[in-house]
Amino acid sequence: MDDLVIARSLFGTTMGFHIIFATLGVGIPLMILAAELLYQKTKDEDYAVMGKRWTKAFAVLLGVGIPTGTIAGVQLSLLWPGFMEFVGRVMALPFQIEIYAFFVEALFMSIYVYAAHRLSPWMRIVSVTLVALGGLASAVLITNVHAWEGTPTGFRIVNGEIVDVDPWAAFFNPSFFATAGHVALTAYTTGAFVIASVAAFKMLRAEFGSRIYKFHRKALMLGLLLGGFFSFFSSINGHETAQQLHEYQPEKLAAAEGLFETQAYAPLAIGGFTDRETREVKYGIEIPWALSFLAGNSFDTVVKGLNDFPEEYWPPLFVHTLFNAMVGIGSLLILLALMALFWNKFLKKPEFPKWMLGLFVTAGPLAVLAIEFGWIFACTGRQPWTIYRVLSTADSVTSASNLTTLFVLFAAVYVVLGVAVVLVMLYYFKRHPVEEDLYRADEPGVPLY
Amino acid sequence: MSEQLIAVTILWGFVFIYAVMATMDFGAGFWSMIYLNKEQTKATNIANRYLSPTWEVTNTFIVAIVVAIYSFFPGAAFTLGTILLIPGSIILLLLAIRSGFMVFSHVADDYRVALTYISGITGLLIPGFLIAVLPISHGGFVELESAAPSLDLQALFTSPHVYSFIGFAISSTLFLSSLLLADYSKTAGEPNAYKVYRRDSIILGPISLVMAVLIMLTMRNEANWLYTNMMEQLPLLLLSVAFFVIGGLAIFVFKDRHGMKGVPRIAVIAVTIQYLLASYVYGRAHLPYFIYPSFTIEDGFTDSASFQAVFITYIVGFLILFPGFFYFWRIFMKDSHVREDTQTE
Repeated sequence: MDDLVIARSLFGTTMGFHIIFATLGVGIPLMILAAELLYQKTKDEDYAVMGKRWTKAFAVLLGVGIPTGTIAGVQLSLLWPGFMEFVGRVMALPFQIEIYAFFVEALFMSIYVYAAHRLSPWMRIVSVTLVALGGLASAVLITNVHAWEGTPTGFRIVNGEIVDVDPWAAFFNPSFFATAGHVALTAYTTGAFVIASVAAFKMLRAEFGSRIYKFHRKALMLGLLLGGFFSFFSSINGHETAQQLHEYQPEKLAAAEGLFETQAYAPLAIGGFTDRETREVKYGIEIPWALSFLAGNSFDTVVKGLNDFPEEYWPPLFVHTLFNAMVGIGSLLILLALMALFWNKFLKKPEFPKWMLGLFVTAGPLAVLAIEFGWIFACTGRQPWTIYRVLSTADSVTSASNLTTLFVLFAAVYVVLGVAVVLVMLYYFKRHPVEEDLYRADEPGVPLY
Repeated sequence: MSEQLIAVTILWGFVFIYAVMATMDFGAGFWSMIYLNKEQTKATNIANRYLSPTWEVTNTFIVAIVVAIYSFFPGAAFTLGTILLIPGSIILLLLAIRSGFMVFSHVADDYRVALTYISGITGLLIPGFLIAVLPISHGGFVELESAAPSLDLQALFTSPHVYSFIGFAISSTLFLSSLLLADYSKTAGEPNAYKVYRRDSIILGPISLVMAVLIMLTMRNEANWLYTNMMEQLPLLLLSVAFFVIGGLAIFVFKDRHGMKGVPRIAVIAVTIQYLLASYVYGRAHLPYFIYPSFTIEDGFTDSASFQAVFITYIVGFLILFPGFFYFWRIFMKDSHVREDTQTE
């Protein structure tokens, strides 16, 4: 394998691993905040117990999320020095501001977790709000760099030199709000559905009507409600990001949809595989006119196909599958939430059948998968560029070779951390079952914290 | 002050703050491992109580340093990234294991011993690798002339100069952290832990000073330009040693109001000033070079518009964060709260 492929594999593995923890690190604090607020509103101790247990899980996840985030940040400059040199000159602001967001999150996370017994209820809510805001801001700002890579602005290149740098124009690049919004909304979706998954799994094992069942049922409903809400808005906003691709990165949209011929009344291809030889999507379902409508809100919108671009500038064609999988899972999650709502509010059935709970269990892992698919689509879909039509990936990479050993070492550490974090969570929650916290909550005189 | 000088001063400030916080952090992790089996002294408990809330904040400074380097000196990004690939990756790997296992050790009680050992030992190795970046910047180990800059790892790890830096990093880590934990345990009203950490700091202080002298001696051979520049500021170096002596007297000889030996608060402050002075002398002598002899702070400096935008965010960011840091300090470090926590345990 050549060095570029290994460098990409190494960084991709880092990001693929980190993004799980980063996403949950944005999503779970919002769930904790929701539980804290509900507790203050309803005075139902179950919500306080949820807040406590989710916080514990969050603290353990941070044990991996923080160091892998540090790796991602430092590896950017170790593996992609050409890219970071460019970013440093033009796009340093979001990284810089992200540091402050990171500090806010770290400071108040420690305060919220380790000084829990000293905080008044409103100070707890302020602290966890700041944790959630810090996490959200970090995600939004880092995504801003990613957005700028697709729609670079705020500089000009004259004779190979970067001139007329306007850092704020770079900061507010055209795709910033839509892209960052997508990352934020999908992180909330994922956090909520992961919580719902765990609750559904526990309900499958609890007796209907028992204290434990009721507890998890509340968590499930909260997760499904917020998950459905955010997944709905993710899809609206996802539509907007696709329209931006149509405007700013047409070959990425063409690859995502497997479209070769530039045309008005373009069909939408769902599923199937893009064939480079015959230049068509095989085994897919075509919905006539739909792509044109999605891209420009009217059926006569001309959508550019890959044939309009030189083949060396094509993104890899497998992104069509990733794109479909991401959108497919997103739609499925909305349906799951609607189904729960229908069952619970309209049919007014208190008990979810086992098969339905089984479906809810899959929601969390599916949401995480959609995040992975979405990021791989977004980053490989930009190839062969790191900064669209400005800097190629080949010109960004380190001149060092023999990266294979590093790749193996990092991958091994991720495997160790990944396995350990799962085992530690299972261990902790087995040793500290929810009954224990519910007892502490119910019994007067025994503090929950 | 030129923009470059402001930028490099901010960077130096971050490095100093991180160096102090990280030595306390990694040191505390190591002590919590050493005293794991001596529960009656509560030394491990004290170390963990300091460590738990602070490690995330400390960790954030690493990212702050890296971001500061490439936002201020993007021209250095390519060279630094390339030559630091191997040492940087080793640090990252150790850091991931250390942080992960430290968090796990607080959660999985039955496996605490093994997990604490892994995080304690990896944690002590990190400062050794981190500080190796300094002798790398002195020049001798880097091939900058060719198109692809490279680091001569063999020369690096056979150099007495590098080993004196590594020795200094590890002994300083243990010295500063034991001194801080002595102060912390005294404030918390844990006399047994206090005795343990006071003894450790008294042993490690002189060792750190010897290591610092060793750095100067090896520097004379291996980085003479830097040695000459540092010696021009000899009065400041001597002042630094004087603060070490004050710190030593404070922990070894002075008595507090109750007749108990050692006033660790004064020792912590004096020793911090000692390190501040010494690192100021080092930093000033290093100018204007980023990497000697071919890379100066002028070469790699960013676009002026970017510098100004970033500099403004530093000021705004500091104003926003200051109350946060203050509140954090009040909750976790203020004397009355530290004592209160002891009582509620």
